[in-house]
Amino acid sequence: MEPRNRAKEELERLEVVAGNGLLDRRAFLRSGAAVAGTVMGYTFVRPAAAAPLADEPWSLGPGGLSRPYQQRSRFEEKIGRTLSNPNGEPRTSHARTPHHLINGTITPNGLHFTIVHSGTPDIDPDKHRLVIHGLVKQPLVFTLDTLARYPMVSRFSFVECGGNSAPMFSKEPIQASVQALHGLVSCSEWTGVRLSTLLEETGIDPKAKWIVAEGADSLALSRSVPVKKALDDAMIALYQNGERLMPGNGYPMRLLLPGYEGNMNVKFLRRLKLVEQPAMSYYETRTYSQILPNGKAFRFYFLQEVKSFITHPSPGLALRGPGFYEISGIAYSGNGRISKVMVSADGGRSWGEAALQAPVLSKAFTRFRMPWRWDGGPAVLQSRAWDEGGNVQPTRAQFVAERGETRNIPPVLGFPNQHYNSLTSWAVDGKGEVKHVYA
Amino acid sequence: MFTPRPRHAFVLLVALGSGAAFGEGPNLGRPIDPADIAGWDISILPDGTGLPPGGGTPAQGERIFAQKCAMCHGERGKGGVAAAVVGGGPIDRIEATKTIANFWGYSTTVFDFIRRAMPWQQPRSLTDNEVYALTAYILAENKLIGENDSMNAETLPKVRMPNRDGFIIRFPDKI
Ligand code: HEC
Repeated sequence: MEPRNRAKEELERLEVVAGNGLLDRRAFLRSGAAVAGTVMGYTFVRPAAAAPLADEPWSLGPGGLSRPYQQRSRFEEKIGRTLSNPNGEPRTSHARTPHHLINGTITPNGLHFTIVHSGTPDIDPDKHRLVIHGLVKQPLVFTLDTLARYPMVSRFSFVECGGNSAPMFSKEPIQASVQALHGLVSCSEWTGVRLSTLLEETGIDPKAKWIVAEGADSLALSRSVPVKKALDDAMIALYQNGERLMPGNGYPMRLLLPGYEGNMNVKFLRRLKLVEQPAMSYYETRTYSQILPNGKAFRFYFLQEVKSFITHPSPGLALRGPGFYEISGIAYSGNGRISKVMVSADGGRSWGEAALQAPVLSKAFTRFRMPWRWDGGPAVLQSRAWDEGGNVQPTRAQFVAERGETRNIPPVLGFPNQHYNSLTSWAVDGKGEVKHVYA
Repeated sequence: MFTPRPRHAFVLLVALGSGAAFGEGPNLGRPIDPADIAGWDISILPDGTGLPPGGGTPAQGERIFAQKCAMCHGERGKGGVAAAVVGGGPIDRIEATKTIANFWGYSTTVFDFIRRAMPWQQPRSLTDNEVYALTAYILAENKLIGENDSMNAETLPKVRMPNRDGFIIRFPDKI
């Protein structure tokens, strides 16, 4: 064999790291030309030659006007959140992030998921007040203007509803997109004032163990938060990805508790009361308490545990013929940084380590990528994440053994239970169609 | 309104690690008298802390419920476009419907939630007596109190909910 061919063959052999065509993640880091050549040489027939290039109308005249607040291209307008309650009936409204139609790690503000239990309040920021009282030395009231003069911090943080991925509790896989299954989590850069900075000014009575946080929405939504978390990394968030919070995300200010259940990150925040015991509010003792198979229920779950799912490909994003694809998805953990994501293309029989897109930040989305050479046959794609605390996403069997699954098949918009963080499996068939399966 | 008079020394927080002592920050928060917070201070704790004066009976609550609640929660609270507030099956599956009777751990939560959030389209329009009466009505219909029992700051926290001990703290070290 010629030396050139032998080298090429070695590269090819090295690159396959797990069954069904998963390639070495380092393929991305090698010299582009060499890798492309190898991958191409292995599976691709070079596509037919491209048509001659010519100018389109938009290149042959001046374009449109600039606007003070720019809009996305009209060709992107169909990309939106799915709404559970478009007509505002008297019940909760959910709007889910289309993870399969966006990329990167930051959720655009217009696509950040929102849940409101009684509509979105229309708050005049000049009239909004935040009061901190209870077991403090001096109760204090803050306006948005005064808070804007405090030292600020910025951090990236995901926010996830405790009920995200709830359809995965179904005893049989529900056919739905990644948006329907996992659309109640998003990630932003949040900027605001550390809660500890404000508590430093009010002083804290040592008896205070909890803070009851309350919103200015019509239900005065209220949750109890341990003082421990408040002094750790809690923030009064004023900005989301550089601009003021979106109304559905808590305008003009929200409590941000990085890594903790979305509902605790009280929006439209107007009151923080320091107390000795938790309030046992409706949302903590009823809605966000999770029934276990033995009939007991979890209370104060708080943490959004380590989780990942593949966004590309996923249901609705069919593969167009065999060849090279990038499998990619998002991973995150309320415990800290993601340390590793493994990907399988054969339903968990073999695994290869995915590349993690830098920067890998604590309690924020980490995008993982895995090169894949699809041979056109059936495949089952899965991802599994680890965090820096050594926590790992449980397999479905492990998860169901502990948390159970439903007796009947629930509606896709239902919330049979909460805090699902096991694996998601996408089956690719010979035509490239992607389906949700359990594997 | 309950506002504890601090008796212990207060913790001085040095959270930013900068060594900044109390008084060195911007100090732009305006002091407010507890009496001026009263209009917002609606948190009720499970031991009854925060419950206002007043009271009400199931019979009084029945009339208000029919007028202001039944259109969503159904006749006698059996469920309509909004959840049933009376009744509930066994917690025999992970997706069982949680109700006041089969799930809620504390009676004070019923008062607290009605007062802050109901009726849905006109929250905080009820008097405290009306909230006590509605709470009494719902608890009585669920057979958690007698049909003539009056609910007030004294009696309400003593109502023992059937599922009081049905909970497990998920991560005790986080508290
Ligand atoms: C316009 C419809 C509507 C009316 C009228 C209404 N409610 Fe509600 N109620 C709701 C909705 C919707 C929820 C669920 C809120 C949530 O989960 O965020 C709810 C929840 C409740 C709950 C909690 C039930 C549970 O187990 O989850 C109670 C208790 C309650 N309402 C009591 C009342 C009372 C008492 C009145 C009359 C003063 C009343 N409601 C009037 C719509 C209504």
